Amino acid sequence: MQNNVLLEVNNLKTYFEMKKWGFVSIGHVRAVDNVSFNLKQGEALSVVGESGCGKTTLARTILGLYRPTSGDIVYDGKSINEFSKGEIKAYRAQLGYVQQDPYGALPPFMDVRRILAEPLIINGVKSRQEQEKLIERALTDLKMTPVEDFLPKFPHMLSGGQQQRIVIARAKILGPKLIVSDEPVSMLDASVRIEILQLMRQLQEEYDLAVIYITHDLSTVRYFSERILVMYGGKIVEQGPVQEFLDNPSHPYTQALLEATSDPDPKNAETFKKVPGGEPPSLLNPPPGCRFHPRCSYMIEGLCNREEPPDFIIKENHSAACWLYR
Amino acid sequence: MKRIANTIRDIKEYPSALIGLSIIMILIAVSIFAVIYMPYHRAIALWKGADNIWMDNPRNASPAWVNLLPGINIPETIVVDSAGQPGIKTITPIAAETKTVDFRLGFDYTYGEFPKEINIFFTAQYEEIPPHLDLIWHTPDGRSISLDSQTPKHSSTYRVSQSSRLQRRTGGLTPHIGLLAKPGSKPEVPLQGKYELEIQGLTFEEAADFEVKLVVYGHVHGLAGTDHLRRDLLVALLWGTPIALAFSLVAAVGTTIFGLIFAAIGVWYGGWLDGLVQRLTELTMILPALPIYIMVGLFVSRSIWVILLTVILLSLFSGSKIYRAMFLQIKEAHYIEAARAYGAGDFRIILRYLIPRIIPTLIPGFVTAIPIFVFLEASLALLGVGDPVLPTWGKVLSEAQANGALHMGHYYWVLQPAVLLLITGLAFAAFGFALDRIFNPRLRGL
Repeated sequence: MQNNVLLEVNNLKTYFEMKKWGFVSIGHVRAVDNVSFNLKQGEALSVVGESGCGKTTLARTILGLYRPTSGDIVYDGKSINEFSKGEIKAYRAQLGYVQQDPYGALPPFMDVRRILAEPLIINGVKSRQEQEKLIERALTDLKMTPVEDFLPKFPHMLSGGQQQRIVIARAKILGPKLIVSDEPVSMLDASVRIEILQLMRQLQEEYDLAVIYITHDLSTVRYFSERILVMYGGKIVEQGPVQEFLDNPSHPYTQALLEATSDPDPKNAETFKKVPGGEPPSLLNPPPGCRFHPRCSYMIEGLCNREEPPDFIIKENHSAACWLYR
Repeated sequence: MKRIANTIRDIKEYPSALIGLSIIMILIAVSIFAVIYMPYHRAIALWKGADNIWMDNPRNASPAWVNLLPGINIPETIVVDSAGQPGIKTITPIAAETKTVDFRLGFDYTYGEFPKEINIFFTAQYEEIPPHLDLIWHTPDGRSISLDSQTPKHSSTYRVSQSSRLQRRTGGLTPHIGLLAKPGSKPEVPLQGKYELEIQGLTFEEAADFEVKLVVYGHVHGLAGTDHLRRDLLVALLWGTPIALAFSLVAAVGTTIFGLIFAAIGVWYGGWLDGLVQRLTELTMILPALPIYIMVGLFVSRSIWVILLTVILLSLFSGSKIYRAMFLQIKEAHYIEAARAYGAGDFRIILRYLIPRIIPTLIPGFVTAIPIFVFLEASLALLGVGDPVLPTWGKVLSEAQANGALHMGHYYWVLQPAVLLLITGLAFAAFGFALDRIFNPRLRGL
């Protein structure tokens, strides 16, 4: 099992320097702070958290779009810190990236054929026939048939679901082993969300892809992944298998997050949900100790607001960074 | 392809665009015609007026179409040449090698105004002794006036209008008026009818011969009239078209493309490079362009291509503030991030992802910028730093101004190039504004 690890993230930190008057440093935004996890070949992993918790920064750092401040990402046995500029480009091409807003993710002045051909041209697939073959396969995989109907279309002529399928087709056209999808369905109609997720799931199983699925919507997680990571304030607060996680949420933040998930139940119209008050923490000046303590109803005075909690094992493969489990 | 088809369909909905486009097409057709009909070297030679090419043209003549206006009957130029009429000469030998050569050159004068001037041109072939000619002017009412006797060299001109001896014989009137005036009329009116110039020649060599050409200059000439050097303005107006279009098109393309690329590079790389591009932009914004063109014209070269290069160099950064604002927005687009994720390099992103995005918004501005450069060339010519060789519209205007065309009443000289400049500007503006409404639909309601 261990030699099957595709991606290894060790103590990853991505900070952004804040400057005043253009040159005086006034501190760092700790968007990703000390994050570690492993991803196996063919595994689907969900990363969950509210807006501004560092999910997207984590995705972009993994994709090589941001250089990590410290820590290490090991992909397929090679550390990306040791890559040269050319190698980082090649590394980026080995990963697929699916973005949140499908319309924004497609250049509006290119037709579908051109959009799908671009990654191929950049990565050295010069022969026209080979390009056509790969494009056709990618579109067929995403059930966009007949292919010829879609090739000359521009993004604005497609529906949201079709646009997102083009984005996914582009992400997998180079045959990556890992796809990072950053809230791939949050901009879509509820009616097509499940369809897109099932399609991705199907592709994942068919091609044995590893997928990092970033979302703030816990209700879609169960359709998709085996394992889940919960991020809060740039840190991972809980990780575990999906079923275990849904049955037994351990960190108070996870509990609140699950509580906030809406179920189609008429009774909900009359009930108020218990959600933690307050705001997400400032990542420029994070609170000392546990970053959730100002909003936490189980806060232990003198401990939670002083010392950062380490990961406590709750069950096999399930851990939470909370002093309640010490 | 489909987009272009759509654009063409949209254009059809704007009559102003259609009119503008048709004028542009006509200008392009005229340019092509000018270049084919009158190749560059011929046009330059004509415009220089070498070898007295224009001697048969009147000075400062209005366009001939003025005569088509009702109630106007302005004299046209009359040319009578003995060279084209074999057999009119009566040759009588009177001694060894000496002959008399007599003939008459006749013409009908039907105009109500006097001609502009009269010249008689001679060409003679001889070894040592030139022929001797007596010239007699016969009027329709039977009077005969002898003109000055001539001993023409191989090629010579008798400027009838400037002969002061002749003026004494025509009652103090300028000869070309005196020769044609109705006797006793005050003010003078021309006598209409058949005039004849009789030539009584004596040649002194076996092979000697001569030809005489009488030119009675009118007040109108050709499609566009002539200037003070008798040059046909049509040459300049025709050749001005391709020059104006080429100059303005190259200038507009150059200024737009460089501004675009520098702005894109600055925005994409950011940091000190962006700062540098911006400072250079601000620098070019405060540089006074017109004085620089004039200085380049005075001290470096007045060639239109040097001026063109200066225009492009000065505007390398000119548009980059506007483009920068657009690029800053586009730079954050998700599709750019996606392109980086699949490994696109910096230059590919700049050229394939940043720039194509704003090209549709630029095309209208580009089209409306073209007349600016047409006018710039004309202004520079008017300020005296126009190209010394090329015939251009601005050059015509500049010479008209230098020779007091409006003061002397030669309106055609100023109006023709001015109208051409105006309709060129109008055509590009009408087309550009319509394109603007098509490419930027938000403006449609305004």
